[in-house]
Parts: sequence; structure tokens; C-alpha cells
Amino acid sequence: MNEIKVPTVAEMAAEGKQPEILFWVGCAGSFDERAQKITRDICKILNHVGISFAVLGTEESCTGDPAKRAGNEFLFQMQAMANIQVLDAYEIKKIVTGCPHCFNTIKNEYPGLGGNYEVIHHSQLIQQLIDEGKLKAEGGESFKGKKITYHDPCYLGRGNNVYEAPRAALEVLDAELVEMKRCKSNGLCCGAGGAQMFKEPEKGKKDINIERMTDVLESKASVVAAACPFCMTMLSDGVKNENKEQEIQVLDIAEITVRANGL
Amino acid sequence: MIAQILFIIILAAAIYLFSKNVGKIRRNILLGKDTDRSDNPALRWKTMAKIALGQTKMVKRPLAAVMHFFIYVGFIIINLEVMEIMIDGVFGSHRIFSKPLGGLYDLLIGGFEILAVLVLVACITFLSRRNVARLKRFSGVEMTEWPKSDANYILIIEILLMSAFLTMNAADHKLQLLNVGHYIKAGSFPVSSFISPLLPDSANALEMIERGCWWFHIIGILAFLNYLPYSKHFHILLAFPNTYYSNLHPKGQFTNMASVTNEVKAMLDPSFVPETTGEPARFGAKDVTDLTWKNLMEAYTCTECGRCTSVCPANQTGKLLSPRKIMMDTRDRITEVGNNIDRHGKDFTDNKSLLDDYISREELWACTTCNACTDACPVNINPLEIITEMRRYVVMEESQAPASLNNMFSNVENNGAPWKYSSADRLNWKE
Repeated sequence: MNEIKVPTVAEMAAEGKQPEILFWVGCAGSFDERAQKITRDICKILNHVGISFAVLGTEESCTGDPAKRAGNEFLFQMQAMANIQVLDAYEIKKIVTGCPHCFNTIKNEYPGLGGNYEVIHHSQLIQQLIDEGKLKAEGGESFKGKKITYHDPCYLGRGNNVYEAPRAALEVLDAELVEMKRCKSNGLCCGAGGAQMFKEPEKGKKDINIERMTDVLESKASVVAAACPFCMTMLSDGVKNENKEQEIQVLDIAEITVRANGL
Repeated sequence: MIAQILFIIILAAAIYLFSKNVGKIRRNILLGKDTDRSDNPALRWKTMAKIALGQTKMVKRPLAAVMHFFIYVGFIIINLEVMEIMIDGVFGSHRIFSKPLGGLYDLLIGGFEILAVLVLVACITFLSRRNVARLKRFSGVEMTEWPKSDANYILIIEILLMSAFLTMNAADHKLQLLNVGHYIKAGSFPVSSFISPLLPDSANALEMIERGCWWFHIIGILAFLNYLPYSKHFHILLAFPNTYYSNLHPKGQFTNMASVTNEVKAMLDPSFVPETTGEPARFGAKDVTDLTWKNLMEAYTCTECGRCTSVCPANQTGKLLSPRKIMMDTRDRITEVGNNIDRHGKDFTDNKSLLDDYISREELWACTTCNACTDACPVNINPLEIITEMRRYVVMEESQAPASLNNMFSNVENNGAPWKYSSADRLNWKE
């Protein structure tokens, strides 16, 4: 396994260079231990196909998504305007995010504040690379015959109508794709959205990620594919709660791609 | 002659009363704040045609979709028959369309009869789903006595109207066969011909039944028309403008508040002079008049079907939040505000508000903003926007966010991340 090469935009600028695409890592991808692995895997994919990319590193800051969903529009717009200043200073045109929340916020809510970029989610990038023939499912772990199900993140699916890209990344695997009872536009939230990730849930009969486990178990899948670091946390906790960690793996689309290609 | 005058008086009164009540609802909706939904008319017409006219979002639940379609088509097409009834009523004619339409008239009347039966089947199915099978979707904290009765009244009225229509035709048909007076041979009666044997044979009695059903049918329709503004059934009208004015942006996109943009720009750049917008705005929504007219139109459009609540992850896991309740509370409150204006004048305040008096904070904070409710709504109602506006008020005007969220805010503000990590460590994942 090669060491990953991750230049920062500042480093590239110092050499007078510009990345083709900016990888917006996101807070979870930067700090959450589980999500950090996914971040590294996204970089491995970018390295593997030879795309010129860079990260903002310490110059990256929260998009403001959790603040906005929680009703703190001030904080959101402060974050957004500061981020737009940084992005525009580096003349960034194209962004790939590792998180549907960052993706939605930068793509849909930044233009109104003056930040216009072409924004894609990493599952869309993977789909694109597969379509272009630059990425296959060869040379790594075989998923042949494995039952895989995909959990739609709300801000990728319903929020932005991206249902097919993450599934395309799974279709190349020669695995058995199964859909959960509640999927695509009917998909059940993992329970983390709307800033719920950062608070205790309100009183109720059970937690939403536990409710989601009934769909996961019913699908009999041995791999649950995720495409959002918050879904990752909630689904992993759910599987743990069912004591099914040995039987069911929760993996991000990027991790599955990396494994299938032996990167 | 007396019958004609009586009919004209009843018709005029019904139309007057209906317009007055619709005017009130329109006035109430316009108490909301302005929002621009005039862009992209082509796409708006298309959305309306697809979602309101074509009912494409109903198909997710096939049985309800088919049954609802029967009632919908029945309602629209049988209205052609109501046109004839109106003209006959005003001019004292009988089946005035039969001559000019000829053979087509037979086809139409026959078609109406079959539709009437389909409407009956659908109404009975719906009644039993609500009252016998007791589907979970039709219960919940917000489904108190009135909403439940409202739904039953609508279905019962429709059953009565259709039964009167068929009985009227049966009597008419029998009178036609007896060659009585002005009962000309017109129409075909594929359904009511099964009812006519049950009716008496005397021409007098038949005429009474025919007239009785005719009056019951038309007065029933006019009464039903005037019931609409008080009922969830108002959706049959508002579904059209409501889908026309749909949110055309991706569902994940929340509005950027212009009032906040001004303040933030002024904070970042002291030389920035914001365009004055007149009155100082309240951030977010405490009461219904802080919402947009579109939010309020949606509240009056809601027919309380409960698809939103049945897919809400918070509701499914036993939390207090129910998107349907958000819409019903908004409607009830704006109606109350409107009534206050009618009774006590424009400047009256009752010291109540949508927040706390109707919708609790616990409901607001249970939402995951997952958009399942907005996706499920067959007429594109957006409960999430109301929830967000109310969160904005609680957070920005009252600073009353839950403590854990305040922690998150201060982390974002100080460290650029929702957790307490130093931004200097942002690249540590590389190692």
C-alpha cells in the first residue's frame, strides 16, 4: 500500500499550481476517527486515478450546515462567507466533498451568498470514474456473491436526487445488491440530520438508528454501504446495538471501492 | 315558476356565501410575509399539471391512489351533469342537453352513472379504512374529534349525493317508460335501471321521488360547496395553486435569510451599507404572520391524509413531532388570527402564538430535517420550512436552543468544527 499524497491548496499555490479539483474533507472526515479512514480512502482513489487535487487543510472550516439546520442562520452565514472568501482567493472552481451535508450546503446554499462552484459528492466522482473506465473493481477484495445494501443519506437522496451514483459504485462489484424496505425516496433517515448528531434525541419509544436496523436485518445484507459520515456513525452504532458486528459491516462507498481495487 | 325563483335565490345565496368565505381565507393567507414564486412559469404549470391534475405523487400507495382517482374523476365529470341541473333549475327546463347532444347524451349519462358507482365504492372503502380497519395513518394526537368527523362527513355527503343522483335517474327512467308529461326519452341508465324496479309504479309518487332527489342533489352540492371553506376538503381547490407555487429548488436547499445577510455583511465590512428594508424584521417565526403566504396556503391545502407523519422518522420512533400537526396547527392558528381581525379589528392581539400555544419546542427539536414529509406530500406541502422558521426564532431571537446545540454553535464559531477540536489539527487524518 502506497503512502497517500495529499497536497494542500496553499502548498500548490506556493509552487504556482492549481488543483483541478478541491477535496472538501468536512469536519467529520477531519476529526472523527471512523470518518478519517474514509477520507484517506477517497485520497487513495484520487491518487490512483491521478487526478490533480488538493485539500484546504487548516484553512477549511465548517460549512455551517449544522448551525443552519438548527436555526442559527447568523452562524451559518458567517461560516459561509468566510469559506467563500478562502475558496475564491484560491480561485477554486470544482469541489468534491466527502459528506452529503457539505455537498448540499456548498452546492445549493453558497451561490446565494456569492459562492459559485461546481460541487459533486464523492459517490458521483466514483461513478464518473467508473463510467470513464478509469476505475474498475479489480485487483482487490472480491465482493462476489456478497449481499450488499445501500442506505440513502437524506441530503444526497431526497435532498438532491442523487440515488443512482452510489448504487453504480456497487453495481460494478458483482455482488448481490439488495434494497431495504425503505429505500431511495422512501429511505429512512439515520437519525443524525438536522443537527440531531450534536444533541440527545427527544423523548420517544426508540432511537431512529435502531428503527433503521429492522430494515437492515430484514435485508439480510452482510455489508451496509453508506455515503455519509453521520450515517456511518448512526448505522455502526445500530449494528453494535444489535450485537451484529461480526455479521454486518458498515462501509462507505469509497472504502468499498478501495477494497475492491486493492488500493 | 315558484320553483325557478326559489332555485335562483338558493343558488345566488350559496355562491355569495362561498365567495365571502373564500375571500376570508384569501385574506388570511395574505397575512403571511411575501415570498417570490413568480419565476419559471413554464415549470410551474408543468408541476401543477403533473402533481395536482395528474396526481403522480398519489401512486406510492396504490389502493388509495385508485380509490382517490375514482372520486376525483367522478367529481370533475359529474360536474358536467351539475351544469345541466343548474340550467334546468334556472329555466325550468328538463334535461336540456339531451336534444343538442343526441346520442352523446346517452353515453354521458351512462358514464356518469358508472362513475357514481365507482365514487360510492371508493367512499365506502375510505369510510371502512377509517372506521373499521382503523388505519394507523388516520390517528394520532392531532386527529381529534373534529378532523375525524370532518373526514367522515365528507365521505357520507358524497355517498348521499351519489345515491340521490342514481335514485333520481331511476325515477326519471321509469317515468320515461310510462310516457309521463315532460319526461322525454333521454339518457341511458346502466346502473339506475337496476334501482327502478324497487320504486313505486304510480307516476305521482315517481315524480315526487324524482323532484325530491333533484332538489336534494343540487341543494346538497351547494351546501357541500359552502362546507369546503370550513373543511380539510378545501384541498380540491387549493391543490392547484399550491402545486403551482411549489418550491422548485432541491429539497436540501434551505432559504438564505436576506435580513441576516445584511447584518453579517455589515459585521464583516463596517463600510457596508445595507439596503433599508423598512420595518425591523423578526428573525424566524413565532407566530403564523411571521411565516410566508406560501406556508399559510399550504396549511389551508392540507387534507390531513397523514402521509407526512407516517414517514416521519421522529414520529415513527415515538417522538412528539407530527408534520401533519404542524400544518393543522398553522391552519387553526391563522384562522384564529383572521377571526380576531373580523371581531376586534386589525390591531387586536390575543397574546397567543403558534409557538408554545400550538407547537411545542419538543416537537421542533425532534425534526431531523430529512425531507421525508415534503417528499411524501401528494400536493407538495413543506412542513419542514415551518419547523426551520420556528427554530430560527427560538435560536436567534430567544437564544433558547438546547444546551448541547449551543455547545455545537460555540465550537463552530471558535474552532470551525461542531466538535471541540482545534482547527490546527484538521490535517491530522493524513498520518
